[in-house]
Amino acid sequence: MSLNATQLKHVAHLSRIALDEAKIPALVVDLNAILAFAEQLQDSRLDALAPMAHPWDQSQPLRADEVTESDAREALQRGAPAVERGLFLVPKVIE
Amino acid sequence: MSYHLKTLTELRAGLASRAFSARELATCFLNRMATHDGALNSFITQTPEQALAAADLADKRLAAGEEGALLGIPYAHKDIFCTAGIRTTCASKMLGDWVAPYDATVHQKLNAAGAVMLGKTNMDEFAMGSSNENSAFGAVKNPWDHSAVPGGSSGGSAAAVAARLVPIATGTDTGGSIRQPAAYCGITGIRPTYGRVSRYGMIAYASSLDQGGVLATSAADCAVMLQVMAGHDPRDSTSANVPVPDYVAQLNQPLAGLRIGVPRQWFTSGLDVSVAARIDDALLELEALGATRVAIDLPDAELALAAYYLIAPAEASSNLSRFDGVRFGYRCANPRDLNDLYERSRSEGFGPEVQRRILIGTYALSAGYYDAFYVRAQRARRQISANFAAAFARCDVIAGPVAPTVAFNLGAHSSDPVTMYLEDIYTIPVNLAGLPGMSIPVGFAGTRPVGMQLIGSAFTEARLLAVAHHYQQHTDWHQRMPAAYREDAV
Repeated sequence: MSLNATQLKHVAHLSRIALDEAKIPALVVDLNAILAFAEQLQDSRLDALAPMAHPWDQSQPLRADEVTESDAREALQRGAPAVERGLFLVPKVIE
Repeated sequence: MSYHLKTLTELRAGLASRAFSARELATCFLNRMATHDGALNSFITQTPEQALAAADLADKRLAAGEEGALLGIPYAHKDIFCTAGIRTTCASKMLGDWVAPYDATVHQKLNAAGAVMLGKTNMDEFAMGSSNENSAFGAVKNPWDHSAVPGGSSGGSAAAVAARLVPIATGTDTGGSIRQPAAYCGITGIRPTYGRVSRYGMIAYASSLDQGGVLATSAADCAVMLQVMAGHDPRDSTSANVPVPDYVAQLNQPLAGLRIGVPRQWFTSGLDVSVAARIDDALLELEALGATRVAIDLPDAELALAAYYLIAPAEASSNLSRFDGVRFGYRCANPRDLNDLYERSRSEGFGPEVQRRILIGTYALSAGYYDAFYVRAQRARRQISANFAAAFARCDVIAGPVAPTVAFNLGAHSSDPVTMYLEDIYTIPVNLAGLPGMSIPVGFAGTRPVGMQLIGSAFTEARLLAVAHHYQQHTDWHQRMPAAYREDAV
């Protein structure tokens, strides 16, 4: 399975990464080299194996439904690029 | 005073007897950093003011009679651990001047123990890389040879410890990022079992593989540091609720009867002959100390590599989606609209390797490819895990190379991602299976150090540390240091 420039642009959009047109051909080559290496995963021995998402097949532990965090809005927003009156600022979304 | 030539135990004894103060100790290492780091670039941020304040506090605690293995001991953090009030960059332009609003659990524990942080070390951006060349703050040089890479992604921590700019440092290991730089820099590193050390406040790359650990000059020093870092953390849902043994007390557990498994498949044409020879020497030494060598099978290393380079990017593409130019970090100038803000902030803020992995990961998770790539990779992960289980039925510890070669030259692999990925062929299977692994120095090939990898079954860090400690009691490779860094700084 390989990736062409059109698919790459679609994936870049899904990833929200702006691609410089000039860099696309080299990137297609790099990504296809990685995908070619991944061809080994078609090994039929794997068909019967259950997918493993976590080293210990651990399930999510549960805790009591209690408030444990206090309000830290100001501290959390200190590292944001643009904030006003406690809100994150973004370009206008609705005209 | 040559504090940099002392072990952690010696430093601790000197502090306890008041032969020197924590302030003197911190000052000595800060001077070494100021003298030597210009050439190495192993630090992204040096924190002398905070360090001296922490040292003074440690001196007060010592004067009050308090004891503690790390009280007053200087160290460095890989710049992936969040530290409130001190910037955490992950070596990315995306977080170039970001200051975390809270401390990582590991940092909290080290602070509580009275350890003195001297700064935050360079790394591959978001821990993605095997050479430390993918850093927005520039490449790190190998202290043994400035034309060589230090390895990655914890390359700054490894170089700083190898040059004795700090006695000990933290690192993280997702696919080999503690073991490989430790090997390339001739020091000792341990990646604990997945879940042994809390990931809370450790910026995530691939959450099912990431694990914090230690880079030091000896296994005994690793044991002291790991003792403080390890343990269950309710703030990390993947943290293991398994008691932490006394690693230091178990360092001397005997080697007699220990079966060391040596994977046949790892000593083939892909492995540099001088690396293989040094590992064979080390195995002979361990046999002389009472261990038995058994040949084992550990197949599918390339399959593991293929699985890793889909699973890790898939998890990364999800984890790194939080860097959106809105909530923290870098934002592009004059965005046209919201989408332009996201796309340009991310393409300007992330370096090329991070973008490559996000793209591959997104592709592997996208509709139509999810089963063919991501799910297949997870099935392969099951196979790798089963291979280790079969191997550990025949042995107690596995030993082999850390990497196919010694440290390569800066720029040698930068044009071809797959060649760079092959550097990780012996380390990645361990991460997929969630196991603990170490690298210990076992000699040189030319002027560059060779590391031997030790792998254990889950939660057997104490045994790995003991095997390494016995070896280091009878050899002096771990005491070798690059000549240019031997003298005291003035």
